[in-house]
Amino acid sequence: MAHMRKFQINGSAKMFWNNFAIDPEKMERSLDIAQSSLQPLLEGALVYTLPLSLITFVVGLILAILTALARISTVKPFQWIARFYVSAIRGTPLLVQLFILFYGLPSVGVVIDPFPAAVIGFSLNVGAYASEVIRAAILSIPKGQWEAAHMIGMSYTQTLRRVILPQATRVSIPPLSNTFISLVKDTSLGSLILVTEMFRRAQEIAATNYEFLLLYTEVAIIYWIICFFLSLIQGRLEHRFDRYVSR
Amino acid sequence: MISINGLHKKFGDLEVLKGIDLQVNKGQVIVVIGPSGSGKTTLLRCLNILEVPTAGSITIDEQTADFSNTVNKRTIDLLRRESAMVFQHYNLFPHMTALQNVMEGPVIVKKMSKTDARAKAEQLLNKVGLGDKLDFYPHQLSGGQQQRVGIARALALEPKVMLFDEPTSALDPELVGEVLQVMKDLANEGITMMVVTHEMRFANDVANEVIFMDQGKIIERSKPSDMFTHPKEERTRQFLNLIQS
Repeated sequence: MAHMRKFQINGSAKMFWNNFAIDPEKMERSLDIAQSSLQPLLEGALVYTLPLSLITFVVGLILAILTALARISTVKPFQWIARFYVSAIRGTPLLVQLFILFYGLPSVGVVIDPFPAAVIGFSLNVGAYASEVIRAAILSIPKGQWEAAHMIGMSYTQTLRRVILPQATRVSIPPLSNTFISLVKDTSLGSLILVTEMFRRAQEIAATNYEFLLLYTEVAIIYWIICFFLSLIQGRLEHRFDRYVSR
Repeated sequence: MISINGLHKKFGDLEVLKGIDLQVNKGQVIVVIGPSGSGKTTLLRCLNILEVPTAGSITIDEQTADFSNTVNKRTIDLLRRESAMVFQHYNLFPHMTALQNVMEGPVIVKKMSKTDARAKAEQLLNKVGLGDKLDFYPHQLSGGQQQRVGIARALALEPKVMLFDEPTSALDPELVGEVLQVMKDLANEGITMMVVTHEMRFANDVANEVIFMDQGKIIERSKPSDMFTHPKEERTRQFLNLIQS
């Protein structure tokens, strides 16, 4: 038995090396495929992945601010609606939500194209998660700030716009960056409702040349690079908003 | 200038103000003293409607609100405009410079042009001795300097009455003097002021009258010299003994 296992391990290891690195001819073919697939993959990123992420984040953020304000509001029905929305979205898988929108709704006559369906699905998701971040950020601003704003005669909306949200923004940059980075990667789920974003392109190419490991690794690296730059932007934003805080 | 009649304030079951009657004339400086929980801060906050009184009426200058009935927002806004508050913890806007803090009220609420508001803010910050700190953020200023920005911010609203809620209580001892000096200067200009403070020297030097409050009521009101040398009420005497020992 022990011999058998040893043989199997040796055998699979050999197969791995044969497939991947040792053979120079194979390696050259791999490099060629990696290179030629780069253009369609980047196109998928620029035309779908990034626009989808950006549009969704902006719409989701607006939803999130409204939801956070509804949660904080003293009007009970607003609170209820907000709680229900957050609970429903956070309590169900994102993939299931996308499937309901794209494959489910047509049976009641609501047909939505892949891209708009993805925008709706991801926005609702970001809105629910980010609303908790924004709610916490707003509640972290001392009560004295509201009072000072009221004292100088500001209305509720003026207080929010001029005093509370600018300060809440600083607090929410790290957690909202998290949300955005997650979102960029989650858009790969769009492939399952036929959005031809970057990951779907990789699947399509791999289906023709069977280089699954190569293409999925390549696409992973591109996601990583995008997220690396997003982290850099986060750092710069944090620095900019820190200028009025003592350290 | 100020007329308060039968003012009550309840927080849930707790009655913090149990019927306050008070008249203050134009240009008077009134210092309010009393043990913690006596309702002195709540009284001040009611004048700026940061707390909505449960019953009673407040008149400042020409504006009246009777809180025994429901009061609409417009009335509250108009009454609030008659006074401006200086807070114990300054409550400056940390994301704005000293200048922006002072300009905010005139520009956003009174719709003054930015140029005019800026000129005015510079003049007020000069007046409180911060002409060289216009572009400093609050965290770059000492407590005393922050509180003087707070005073300039309140003055920029051109209130009929200035309310000071323990303006020096959060300050290091060596910074108290500069804030009190600014307040003295304002008193000498004839601005009507109501000051909640524990600074008895200030009360003695500047106040026209001192009010002693305890358990939601005004116990005694008299000239500072009378209040501090021979208080009429036993409770006043006890309180003064406690803080002077």
